[in-house]
Amino acid sequence: MSDSREAEKIPVTVLTGYLGAGKTTLLNRILSEPHGKRYAVVVNEFGEIGIDNELVIGADEEVFEMNNGCICCTVRGDLIRIIEGLMRRKGKFDAIIVETTGLADPAPVAQTFFVDEDVQKAARLDAVVTVADAKWLSHRLRDAPEAKNQIAFADVIIVNKTDLVSPAELREVEARIRAINPYASLHRARNCDVALADVLERRAFDLDRILDIEPDFLHAEDHDHDHDHGHDHVHEHHGLKHFHDEDMQSVSIRLDGDVDPAKFMPWINRITQEQGVNILRCKGIVAMKDDPKRFVFQGVHMMLDGDSQREWRSDEKRESKVVFIGRNLEEDDIRKGFLACAA
Amino acid sequence: MTESQATTSLTQHLRAFDAGAQVVAAAFLGDAPALTLADGAVLLGEPDAAKRIATHPDAAILSAVCDGETLLAGGDDGRVVALRAGGETETIAEEKGRWIDALALRGRNFAWSAGKAVRARDEAGVVKTREAPSSVRGLAFQPKGYRLAATHYNGVTLWFPKVEGAPQVLEWKGAHLDATFSPDGRFLVSSMQENALHGWRLVDARNMRMTGYPGKTRSLSWSHDGNWLATSGAEASVVWPFKDKDGPMGKAPRECGVREARVTRVAFHPRALVLAIGYADGLVLLCRLADAAEILVRRPGGGPVSALAWSGNGSRLLIGLESGEAGLLNLPG
Repeated sequence: MSDSREAEKIPVTVLTGYLGAGKTTLLNRILSEPHGKRYAVVVNEFGEIGIDNELVIGADEEVFEMNNGCICCTVRGDLIRIIEGLMRRKGKFDAIIVETTGLADPAPVAQTFFVDEDVQKAARLDAVVTVADAKWLSHRLRDAPEAKNQIAFADVIIVNKTDLVSPAELREVEARIRAINPYASLHRARNCDVALADVLERRAFDLDRILDIEPDFLHAEDHDHDHDHGHDHVHEHHGLKHFHDEDMQSVSIRLDGDVDPAKFMPWINRITQEQGVNILRCKGIVAMKDDPKRFVFQGVHMMLDGDSQREWRSDEKRESKVVFIGRNLEEDDIRKGFLACAA
Repeated sequence: MTESQATTSLTQHLRAFDAGAQVVAAAFLGDAPALTLADGAVLLGEPDAAKRIATHPDAAILSAVCDGETLLAGGDDGRVVALRAGGETETIAEEKGRWIDALALRGRNFAWSAGKAVRARDEAGVVKTREAPSSVRGLAFQPKGYRLAATHYNGVTLWFPKVEGAPQVLEWKGAHLDATFSPDGRFLVSSMQENALHGWRLVDARNMRMTGYPGKTRSLSWSHDGNWLATSGAEASVVWPFKDKDGPMGKAPRECGVREARVTRVAFHPRALVLAIGYADGLVLLCRLADAAEILVRRPGGGPVSALAWSGNGSRLLIGLESGEAGLLNLPG
């Protein structure tokens, strides 16, 4: 796929967040700023929320199971239909924003962009942006699995309504977010007053951008990994609180040097097949033996997308890193499996 | 085989012209070429004298069907508009704030869908409504009787709009897109999200799976004798035999026009077993079913062919592309 054709694809930003977190506020902010861009907005509960935009399409959140042998493969049927229809207005808008309901699982939305050939030709998933309520997120993480999914899945997390919490509470909610997803870029906001550049045109699903957009990627494994996973288990070091969420974790593994592609490829395929139901997202940058280029991959549940990227620079250390975010991940199995791929 | 495989060409008989916008559908309305355009208009008439008829001003046309006398177009403004050969238009329906996703037309029976809502209008103008279990992507009238097929997730609903009570649902797991009845009404075939076709023999609702496509099939065309169904979605047109009582079951389909480009549109000639095939690279050829002999109509270029239609007597072929390029072939002799 040539760069120019990729560049022609319509970027799609997916807005998630639990009820009342501020999705609509963010949406209206995006639409009202003088950026000169024209958006097609896909919303739910059509007509019930005031959105001032020329092109607003009501969606039904129809989640379809695909009969392709992949048990967690679901797509948003309505989104396929809507993107196909929007292509009839090609050239009349610059980007698409999909707002999901508070209870939506982001995976079927993201998988739509992997699975449907027509959608893939026309549009590209730019980022999953999750709006979190600073005051209520901690509660929702306890009682609403959807809220946890939305945090785990996000590329960008906006911690909204920070004015309603104390600095200590804010640190706590951020630590809880980081316990689930250390890789998303995190922004504090009061009335969703984030810079739009932090939300739009993130290219979070571009293989080329996998490292650039993850400021915490390199530090992720620097904190102690205590395997005594208990709810609300807190340990402090370097002045930072660390939480361990009892069922949603991230696993990141670094391997100094190269991996053997003959071992790595079967392993990554096997692990995403076997644990794909539990793996929400995975990413990695891998140094393949005898390959001057970096191999990058990313995945959503059982779907994997990978490619050879730019060459390793001479001042760059050849090392291999993989990250998995998911529910009840078999961490030891993943860790041992990856380390066994060493060349 | 070498004789018949030598590709002859009709390209000198093709008149290229600019439709001005992405072509959604091609048809002949009366004798006049009619290109339905994404930008809300129908281009009606001969290439040098065509009139742009704005059926959906400031909107996009999502769906269109034509039976030669009426062209029905549905827009993302929620309007269903009928266009006649003389150029006059009639608004059939307005679904405020909705999109018209699918249409069907047979004589003076019209049907349209907007999301899950399916509506059918009879000769007298009486409109009946039925809610499908999920959004409807395809509609088709049964050849005889006032009965409508509507595709949705996990099956197709067969509905007699004038009959109260539960309609028949033909179930098959997966999302169904387009629907078409065989001309004799014995079979119903749907295209699916899962790169497959599904068919039912209507007398006993027996299932027929037609798989092996690398892409989605969005163009289906029956031969004039009703014995063959040509399909898009592969690097050839896959043509399924429907002559026997079991339809294509247990039989291998034919492949017409094998190339290294995806077939995007197919249209059987109205009087002969000759298939017009349009590809993702803009090429159009005719393929004779009997011996797979090919005749080139349009050289590659301009992107995917998005519309193909024969005139009623089969003397002309109208071609439309996503890019807005168009062509009209006049068969010599």
